[in-house]
Amino acid sequence: MKKLKIGDLEKIREKVAKTRVLREGKARARVTVHMGTCGIAAGARDILTTLMSEIEKKKVTDVIITTSGCAGLCSREPMATVELVDKPPVKYVDLTPEKIKKIFAEHVLKGNIVKEYALAVGSETTH
Amino acid sequence: MQDLSLHILDIVENSIDAGATKIEIMINEAVAKNLLEISIKDNGKGMGAKTIKKILDPFYTTKTVRRVGLGLSLFAQTVREAQGKLKIISKPNKGTMVKAQMSYNHIDRKPLGNMCDTLMALIGTRSEDIDFFYHHKKDGKEFSFSTKEIRRYLGLRQLNHPEVLKFLRKEIKRCMPR
Repeated sequence: MKKLKIGDLEKIREKVAKTRVLREGKARARVTVHMGTCGIAAGARDILTTLMSEIEKKKVTDVIITTSGCAGLCSREPMATVELVDKPPVKYVDLTPEKIKKIFAEHVLKGNIVKEYALAVGSETTH
Repeated sequence: MQDLSLHILDIVENSIDAGATKIEIMINEAVAKNLLEISIKDNGKGMGAKTIKKILDPFYTTKTVRRVGLGLSLFAQTVREAQGKLKIISKPNKGTMVKAQMSYNHIDRKPLGNMCDTLMALIGTRSEDIDFFYHHKKDGKEFSFSTKEIRRYLGLRQLNHPEVLKFLRKEIKRCMPR
């Protein structure tokens, strides 16, 4: 049976230990990819794996990537919400891997909203 | 859904929504026996007999943001198209198992697709509060791992560190039976 190379895990344990305090502390940003059936069928998994690749490539340790269910706007999937500390959340729609790369570089890392891909700023409320 | 790995991701998202803390994904590609088996087992809140009866109805959902529940009904259709069977076993407060068996060589069977991406999507976002166990068998070749063991070995609460993600992506690709 093929197994993960534990020896390699040993090598990265030290590298990880150096940055884990930062990682487990307060994150600077959170990106939520909407992973309902509609999102998955429209390509949300590619959006998520692209984000994770960007985190790997740029060695970013203070951004949390997470998922949620259907946001109720199935026709605009794939969707993602970017939240920076002390800023209102921004919902992005009709995403592609290229668009999310730009959003990651501009909004998540530099704080500039990518207006052409954004649907709305702020949270929904129900009354 | 284009392939089975996307259906698997979707069913696992149901398990996550059901509050599961342990999710097992098992894939058995028995090519010589013309059989493909997929099972997803969780320890979530489970379902009673009344809910199970309605669960394959696309206009039934326990969620509140919309009035359709397409995930399981789409998977059931995919299984039917490959002359397969879908079994759902669930008990309230005990968990749920979704098990599909289909003809491996059926012309209408969807490809398994990119299981590495499905696993990375789950590990990178959910491994803090959920233990994933994966077991994949294909004609004598086997691959399995548990996120609980990896977390324990690394002494980490979560596996979304860039170095860990890079390692896991590379290793899962290497070990995945082909």
